[in-house]
Amino acid sequence: MIMWKKESHLLDKKEQENLRTGDLGNSNKDRPAIENPQSRRLFFYPFFLTFIIMCGTWVVLSGKFDPFHLSLGLISCGIVAYLSSDLLFSSPKIKGLLRQWARFVRYVPWLMVEIIKANLHVTYLVFHPRMMELIDPRIVKFRSKLQSDLALVTFANSITLTPGTITVDVSIDGDFKVHAIDKASGDPLPGAMEANIAKAFGEV
Amino acid sequence: MDIIVCLLLFAGLFFFTGGAVGILRFPDFYSRLHPAGKLDTLGLLLALIGLALFNLHHFSLGTLLTSAKIILIVVFIFLASPTATHAIVDAGVRAGLAPWIKGEKRR
Repeated sequence: MIMWKKESHLLDKKEQENLRTGDLGNSNKDRPAIENPQSRRLFFYPFFLTFIIMCGTWVVLSGKFDPFHLSLGLISCGIVAYLSSDLLFSSPKIKGLLRQWARFVRYVPWLMVEIIKANLHVTYLVFHPRMMELIDPRIVKFRSKLQSDLALVTFANSITLTPGTITVDVSIDGDFKVHAIDKASGDPLPGAMEANIAKAFGEV
Repeated sequence: MDIIVCLLLFAGLFFFTGGAVGILRFPDFYSRLHPAGKLDTLGLLLALIGLALFNLHHFSLGTLLTSAKIILIVVFIFLASPTATHAIVDAGVRAGLAPWIKGEKRR
């Protein structure tokens, strides 16, 4: 007990020292890494996955396999992954990450089918001789139940990708304004697409 | 193989044509963006997949890498196209352009 007190006192003193010398930022950055190994793991997995993806992209884009180009790629991938590892993967746990991406990959084929169906619909409208009578543009407003920013952005982009609907405005709370080309395009919103995205991002 | 490539290319061209005709025929700014932003995306997807397949005719590491690059282009277009379309619509809304509704004259 006394030891602990002593140590905490020492730490306080060190902190005070840091405060005085204006080294506050450094001590704040170092401390979680020392006290809490969880936070280091929190950094490592996103870093490692980003690094692997970057390396894959580098190899595809450069197409050269001699040691010089590969080492250049490793160095630059390391720098980029270090700077932006928190952008691509937000979840800190490796299992959560893999599950999240597996769910997202499952969402893509469904979206492709929707895109093709909706594209055929708009193409039909475009070539229809009485197009002006068929279309009935309207602004559809609704509130989405999705929570995370990434899910909202994916939802907005998916709406824009499926023809007949363009996202006009999204607020941070999930208020959507969508421009739909006719009644058939606007009516199903939010509907199945929102449910699928909620599933893909684990927000069921 | 050649038949599949031809089918994909012609399907892509069909959607590109639809996009171009749609831009000319639709009545106003917002509805014109529908074919402009998205029929092009699907047309590009089909045409580029056709090209990637055609490129794999003589299979080697080099052609495989080129095809992978073509697929990467498709991925980036799919991210960029809806975002750009949304930016254009947003610009129109901010400028105060009212959307065309049924019964008005075409602009």
